[in-house]
Amino acid sequence: MEVYIQQMVNGLDKGSAYALIALGLTLIFGTLGVVNFAHGALFMIGAFCAVTLSRILTFSHEVVDETRTDFLGNPLKVDVPYIYDIFGEATGSVIIDWAVPLSILFAIPVMIAIGVIMERGLIRHFYKRAHADQILVTFGLAIVLQEIIKYFYGANPIQTPMPDAFEGVFDIGAIIGFGTGEILYPYWRLIYFGFAMVIVAAVFAFLQFTTFGMVVRAGMADRETVGLLGIDIDKRFTLMFGIAAAVAGLAGVMYAPIVSPNYHMGMDFLVLSFVVVVVGGMGSLPGAVLAGFLLGILESLASLQEVVALVPGINQVIIYLVAIIILLTRPRGLMGRKGVMED
Amino acid sequence: MIDLKMNRRGLMKGAAAVGVGLSAPQFFVRGANAFTNEPTGSSVTLGFNVPQTGPYADEGADELRAYELAVEHLNGGGDGGMLATFSSKTLEGNGIFGKKVEYVTGDTQTKSDAARASARSMIEKDGAVMITGGSSSGVAVAVQALCQEAGVIFMAGLTHSNDTTGKDRKANGFRHFFNSYMSGAALAPVLSKAYGTDRKAYHLTADYNWGYTTEQAVRESTEAMGWETVNAVKTPLTQTDFSSYIAPVLQSGADVLVLNHYGGNMVNSLTNAVQFGLRAAQANGKNFEIVVPLYSRLMARGAGSNVAGIYGSTNWHWSLQDEASKAFVKSFGTKYGFPPSQAAHTCYVQTLLYADAVNRAGSFNPCAVGEALEGFEFDGLGNGPTLYRAEDHQCFKDVLVVRGKENPENEFDLLEVVEVTPVSQVMYSPDHPQMGGAEATLGTCNPGA
Repeated sequence: MEVYIQQMVNGLDKGSAYALIALGLTLIFGTLGVVNFAHGALFMIGAFCAVTLSRILTFSHEVVDETRTDFLGNPLKVDVPYIYDIFGEATGSVIIDWAVPLSILFAIPVMIAIGVIMERGLIRHFYKRAHADQILVTFGLAIVLQEIIKYFYGANPIQTPMPDAFEGVFDIGAIIGFGTGEILYPYWRLIYFGFAMVIVAAVFAFLQFTTFGMVVRAGMADRETVGLLGIDIDKRFTLMFGIAAAVAGLAGVMYAPIVSPNYHMGMDFLVLSFVVVVVGGMGSLPGAVLAGFLLGILESLASLQEVVALVPGINQVIIYLVAIIILLTRPRGLMGRKGVMED
Repeated sequence: MIDLKMNRRGLMKGAAAVGVGLSAPQFFVRGANAFTNEPTGSSVTLGFNVPQTGPYADEGADELRAYELAVEHLNGGGDGGMLATFSSKTLEGNGIFGKKVEYVTGDTQTKSDAARASARSMIEKDGAVMITGGSSSGVAVAVQALCQEAGVIFMAGLTHSNDTTGKDRKANGFRHFFNSYMSGAALAPVLSKAYGTDRKAYHLTADYNWGYTTEQAVRESTEAMGWETVNAVKTPLTQTDFSSYIAPVLQSGADVLVLNHYGGNMVNSLTNAVQFGLRAAQANGKNFEIVVPLYSRLMARGAGSNVAGIYGSTNWHWSLQDEASKAFVKSFGTKYGFPPSQAAHTCYVQTLLYADAVNRAGSFNPCAVGEALEGFEFDGLGNGPTLYRAEDHQCFKDVLVVRGKENPENEFDLLEVVEVTPVSQVMYSPDHPQMGGAEATLGTCNPGA
């Protein structure tokens, strides 16, 4: 029993990532009608925002230590971060330690800017084209973005640690009545889950309780009528693209300590996130979030050895299997609306 | 007056004459070339087939640096690197067999099909007389088979699976890098000394050829020392988050986790294991331990501080203090500004070994080169006395057992050598079951044309 609960808990963080990426995808599809295959790349760029800020914070000057030698036998050049010179070593090292949470502030404007540039510079030219064209151009864009990241950061994963304060595990088993150490969950993954919940709530609140959100929702329902009212809906939709990019980026920033960022990580999430969107129902924001968590947990459960022994390979196809079953029984997905992508 | 009227017999005669005429040049060409891409000018072309894109692009870049350095040294440039320390003295900086060394490169993309296509292109279009490189066993086995068919020598790069010189060995293929069996044989005694003989191991194994052979090697070696294997789980190669595989380890009764992962898999699985508190956990009244059978400095850098205190094995490490290693590190470090990786080392060494074999054979003919390499004993290339065994074309040398450094002094100072396992301890018979048994044979050398 503990094993199953443990696996369900394990699915939460991955489900959170799926939910956040799928939320952004749905926002873009709902507003602009674009199937954005570059969305996984935005998740990856978010993770590299954390890497970049870590590198900025550790930007150093060299001090020669005559008492030690480097690998060639020359006096060792020790890198001293400039931040130590500014704030002192104690405060400087704390700031470096907190690079990932600080990256949230760094990533928001960066990701919104990238999103807006992407939309204005490329994707808007494909609004009236077939979905196949949109998929091709955004998929191509995703490959370009990942190659750019690989050029600057290399192909190997880059460790991006969480702050020391969040290292360690939370003993869930001890709290819910199982033995000590039976069900463990790393603190950072718990924080990731909470962070995802906050972002989802913020996006829903933004759309539900602000005038901007109301106009966007009206535009999603009937773009033409909103335009006839004299509202520049295109400008708002562009900003929504930026917000969707920021949601994916923030998901990536906080995921960096869980999976060391590498240029390919966006592709690993992209296809699964599309399945999440389809299972949740095209255009349905709550559906995307629900399906994200559902599939994350199912994927985790399916990787149990008992399950794999029963159905070999199930851990690699479970998400697609569930998608097939749901689409056969509920063709519009879990919470899909009538008329979306049905023409 | 000449009668130009053509009858049937005349047509047949004419066609036969034209046929002979057209085929004659090819016949003479074939007669002139005794083997594929025989160098006829003043230079010889080598083909460096490395991953320039894909997940192992960083290792591929380091391999390419090493190859460029080797070419420079063979042509008499630079400080000569390990040419001065190499026990064989045929390399004098005047190219290979008096011919200037040139090279072409291919991108394996760490995909067997792409690697075979780039190798084929270098052989057929660029006239490469030898193919070398790679950072994956799947690619090595595929390219080795292609080189066997094409009639050129294949000097493998970083490939650690038993199969490369085991069940998939080929007469035209040679491997300097160590293998899974050797890792297991070298690690087991060190592990039992460090952690005791009463241990329960849980294996997470990458679901492909290299993962299987490494798991088998480590399992058999550690079980022979008294360890029990409580479980062995295959993980998809594409997996990035290993939490759902690591969490069950805690409830399995195991007290050691063996990560038969390489590259990004290793970085992520190790990071996840540390995050789940396995390093700090207690099981069966003992400290929980993690083992990574194959280490790479480039990968260790990805895993950062998580590697601290974790045992593994490696083919070579830049911190070795023998004269050859020091010469290579100096040469590479001066040129590029950082120490070479084990992938760079094995590729540099393979190039020198090939060049030396050609010189000793007095020919670029792959069969003559193969004969020169078979049973060749050498020293002064960073691994101590080494034998290129004739039966399987595998190099036998001491194996390094390393441990992640607790307090690294710089970004390269990640691993420390804790034991140099003597070659006698990692030696096995050519028909060892892990190497394909008695059925595994080299076949016959193929000189090609």
